[in-house]
This record gives sequence, structure tokens and C-alpha cells, in this order.
Amino acid sequence: MLKCRSNKTLAVMAALVMSMVFCSAAFAADTIKFGVAGAHSGDLASYGLPSINAAKLVAADFNAKGGVLGKQVELVTEDDVCKPEVATSTATKLVGEDVAVVLGHICSGATKAALGIYKDTNTVLMSPSATNPALTKSGDYPNFFRTIAADDAQARQQVDFALDVLKVKKIAVLHDKGDYGKGLAEFAKGFVEAEKRAQLVLYEGITPGAVDYSAVVQKVKRSGAEAIIFGGYHPEASKIVTLMRKKKMDTIFISDDGVKDDTFIKVAKKYAEGVYATGPKDVSKNPLTQAYIEKHKAEFGSDPGAFFDNAVSASIALLSAIENAGSTEYTAIVKALQTHAVDTPVGTIKFDERGDAIGVGFAMYQVRDGAYVEVK
Amino acid sequence: MDLEYFFELFLGGLTRGSIYALIALGYTMVYGIVELINFAHGEIYMIGAFTGLIVAGLLTLLGWPALAILVIASIAAMIYSCAYGWTMEKIAYKPLRKAPRLSALISAIGMSLFLQNYVLLAQTPDFLPFPNLIPEFDFLEPIEHIARSSEILIYAVTAVVMVTLTLLIKFTRMGKAMRATSQDREMAMLVGVNVNRVISMTFILGSATAALGGVLIASHIGQINYYIGFLAGIKAFVAAVLGGIGSMPGAVIGSLVLGWSESFFTGYISSDYEDVFAFLFLVVILIFRPSGILGRKESDKV
Repeated sequence: MLKCRSNKTLAVMAALVMSMVFCSAAFAADTIKFGVAGAHSGDLASYGLPSINAAKLVAADFNAKGGVLGKQVELVTEDDVCKPEVATSTATKLVGEDVAVVLGHICSGATKAALGIYKDTNTVLMSPSATNPALTKSGDYPNFFRTIAADDAQARQQVDFALDVLKVKKIAVLHDKGDYGKGLAEFAKGFVEAEKRAQLVLYEGITPGAVDYSAVVQKVKRSGAEAIIFGGYHPEASKIVTLMRKKKMDTIFISDDGVKDDTFIKVAKKYAEGVYATGPKDVSKNPLTQAYIEKHKAEFGSDPGAFFDNAVSASIALLSAIENAGSTEYTAIVKALQTHAVDTPVGTIKFDERGDAIGVGFAMYQVRDGAYVEVK
Repeated sequence: MDLEYFFELFLGGLTRGSIYALIALGYTMVYGIVELINFAHGEIYMIGAFTGLIVAGLLTLLGWPALAILVIASIAAMIYSCAYGWTMEKIAYKPLRKAPRLSALISAIGMSLFLQNYVLLAQTPDFLPFPNLIPEFDFLEPIEHIARSSEILIYAVTAVVMVTLTLLIKFTRMGKAMRATSQDREMAMLVGVNVNRVISMTFILGSATAALGGVLIASHIGQINYYIGFLAGIKAFVAAVLGGIGSMPGAVIGSLVLGWSESFFTGYISSDYEDVFAFLFLVVILIFRPSGILGRKESDKV
């Protein structure tokens, strides 16, 4: 009796499983699978969860308009907790699910670890937040794209501005020895040396929080530098700039988004005038950005989190690329990403051959009449 | 050209050294008399700067002339900081006077953290602009590119404070009582010195010099936040040890030596290792003169 019954149960279960397999196979043919990978739990979940919301909103918009290539978009989310060792299995799972494209990963380390698996299976990956320069610059990963500027983008902008716009011949690079400041300064130093159009006359680290920087300022004066590129934050920047201007030195001062802060102007006051600093491009006035923030509030009842604009942009870019390519085939999608410009919250973008979004990232600002103004 | 560069670095070091010295003087005096390393001294300096900022802000609103604001803000900061110094001694150090010296030292570190966090919470974690209260004196205009009036004022005040404190300790009744307390506290009590008053007075004087330094240095640098006392306090402490802790001229000489070594090292070699070099120098000096440049031998101490 018991045996018979269990046999029956087994048969029913088998039938169910079979039907599910057929069902999902039939279903899969009708949808386009859109993978979302990143830190969805753990310490860094706040960086990854906004990208799921972004993907949901964008997919819903595409689905409302009849889907992509006539098929509905289906999200497949996988958590990598921002750990490289987890990211590889996350990638394997997504690839096993046969996703067309993947939005993610979030952290540079996890992205790098997972990239090889996507590359081997010809899957396009687009990150809203991985800023490590080597991901695109190395040229190792033709399947990788991103909608955020790389870490060295600010240094590039500073050096280009100094050489092309200001046309200075002698540059001093200073930094505050910190991760952020020294990192940028090293990129800037590398770019100046590679360009050979200007001479790097001084490269020095200063001690943050020191009472007086007159020795360093004297050194800059003696080096004959026409411009200083400074990597660091505003407290040191305002001390150096104030000291230079009081000593009647008109050396141009170019810095980063650690200095593009109103506190800098408040502290350095009239001495802040004319100082240049790079900062993220202001996209808050873009109607598309505002529209997606409103949608997020309506759908999830809260303000969007970190990298939301970049994640919405990446989702739009990926889904539009499939549409423009006319298929989910790898080379067609890559070609579409590089040739078709699409409107996104971070601007109208397409991608260069390395995978960086053209026109995304930093702008140069200058202090004029007590406020930072974008230099056009 | 090179001589001019040397001279500029020399002046830069002088400014740095004088800034350290203004803080180190109070440090060394408290140590000389109570034999306590008052780690919260840097915080008193920071509180002085904050008081100066608040008073100066109020007076600027009333439209007072800069020089008057500087004087009144300094006096207000000194009075306010004296109250802090006095209270701090009563709360954190007096109950531990008979305890091992290590306990008082830990109490001092606790006091320093307490005051830092108190200002962080009660005021702001941000950097605040400090108005330039020191006017550019007309008669200094010809040498303005070499030394600004704020620097010259700092040199002058450092010298005056050093001389005043030395004279006070050497020649006044209070000074005599201070020296007596420093030499043998119990014996001083037996001959009728009010030791509690002497120690309170020491803290009041030390806090007043720190506050004066706070206002002058902040208006020279142009910005303050709750954390400025920490690094300045450490450097001043090092300078006081270098010069021989407990000695007024020693504190000034130690500070200048530290300031010059930092400035010349930055100017001729690299600022990357500025602190490394400064502290290496300290180690070398202490190897050859363990009690500091002007320190006296304390062979009678354990």
C-alpha cells in the first residue's frame, strides 16, 4: 500500500518536473535573459542593490513597449557579495542560464575575476561602477564595457587641460600621500611624462595636516613650474593656494574632485579664485535622469542609491544594443554598442573600442566669483 | 639665488618652529612642575582657536577694527581655555595625584579624546574658515614677500611668552612656589606652599599660552577643525622633549630645531619623508643627549 502510493507520488513528481522543463524551455525561447550580477547582500550591498532596481525599471519600460526583438526581457540576478572568489561561480551560473547580456559586476576585483568566464562564452558584460583602469585599458577583455569613468580619467582630464588649453611647459605634481591623492598624482605624472609636451619639474608628497607648507611652496617657486597638479583634498589645497597667493605667486592650480567642494571656496575665500578642479559631470538636469529617479520613487518608495544613474544607463545601452544588433549574437551586440549612440541618464553615449563610454565622466571646473563654474 | 632659497627655507622653518614653540611652552611648563605629560594640551589649543573664531565672528558682525578683534578674541580664548585647563586638572589629574604616573598619563589621553569628540559633536566635523585677524602692518610692506606680518607676530609672541614665563618662574613669589613644588611636593607643603593652588596656576598659565597660540596660529593658517590639536600637540611634545622637557628656552630651541630640520629636508631633499627625517633627527639627538638639548640630568629620580 505504502509502496504503491510512493510510486504514484514519484510518477506525479516526475511528470511535474518534465512539464516544468518543457515549460521553461518553451518560455526561454520567448524571453531575452538579462543577467544582473553584483553585491546584492553583505557589507557592500548598498552599491549593488540599486543596479537591480535600475534593471527592473528599464526592463519594465522595454517590456511595456513590446519587449526587445519582440520578446519580453527577463531578469536573472546573481549575488557575488563583491568577492572575487564568489564572482567566478556567479558568472558560471549566469552563463549556465544562457543570459544574453550581463549588467555588472559592481566591484572592480570581482569584475576582473568574473571577466574571463564571460569572455570564454562570448557574453557582453557592462559595469555601472567598476573603475579600475586596467579593466578596459589593458585590452584583454573586448567583452567588457562600463558607464562610469575609470580611476585615471581625472588625471587624464587634468593633464590634457594643462597641455591643450593652458599650454603650460613646466608642471609640478603634488599629492597628499593618501591612496586617493597619490593614485591620481601617479597617473598624472605618467601622462605628463608620456606626452613629452611639457616637463615634469617636481613630484612630491606633502604631509596632510601640517601647520605650514612654505617649504614646499618655495620648492615649487624654485622649480619654475607654471602649473601645479595636486592630488588630494581641500584642507591641504586651500593652505597651499593661500600661501602661494600671499607670496604673490600666480602658479596655476589644478586639482581633483576632492577639492571641487564648496568648503574649499569657503576656506580659501578670495584666494580660491581661478583655481581649476575636475569633478563629475552634472547630470541632475538631464530629464531622463530625473524621470528615472521619479520612477524609482514611485516603484520602490525611496531615493535611488549609489551608481543608479550609471546602472540605468548601462541597462538602456545593453538592451538597445540587442535591438540595434537585431540579434543576441556577441559580435553584433559589440558592434551596436560601438556604433549606435543612445540617450541615457549619463548623457548620449556610445563606447570606444576598449569599452569605455565616450563622453561620460569628468568635466573641468574653475572658481569664478566664489563658485565652481564648468569650463567649456 | 641659492642663498635666497636657503634664506626662504630658513624663514619657513622659523615660522614652523615658532608655531610648535607656542604650543610647546605650555606643555613643558606643566611637565616641569607637575611631571605630567598633559596630552590634552593640544586640545586646549584647539578649544582656544574655536573660542577665538566664535568671538571674532561676533565682533566682526559688530564691525570692530581687526586689531581690536584680535586682542579681544585672544583674551576671551585665553580666559575660556584657562577655565578648561583648571577644570581638567581638578577632574582628571587631581584625584590621581598619588596614583602611579602611568594612570595620570592614561587619564590625560582619555581627556584628549574626550575633548576632541566633544568639539566634534558640539561644533562640527567640517573645516571652518578662520578669519585673518592679523592686519598687514604698513611698515612691514617692504619685506612682505619675505615674511608676512602674521609670521612676524608669531615670532614676537613666542619670544615674549618665553621670556615672561622664564621671568615669572625665576623671580616671582608664585614662581618660587612652583619651583619648590617641582623639587619636592611634600616638603613644599610642609613649609606652607599651597600646592593645590600652585598646580592650578600652572595649568591656567599653560592653557592661556596654548589658547593664545591657537588664535594666532589659526589666523595664520586660515582654517580650523576639531582635529588640529592632535598633530600640533604631538609635534610640540616632540619639540619639548628635544629641547629638554621642563625647560622654557629648551622648548623654543627644540621647536626651532624641529621646524628647521623639516623645512630644510623638504627644500633640499623631499617632503615625502619629512616626518621620518624629523623623528630620525629626534632619535639621534636623544641618543647623545638623553635629557634633551637643554635638559638637566635627573639622577635623583628612579
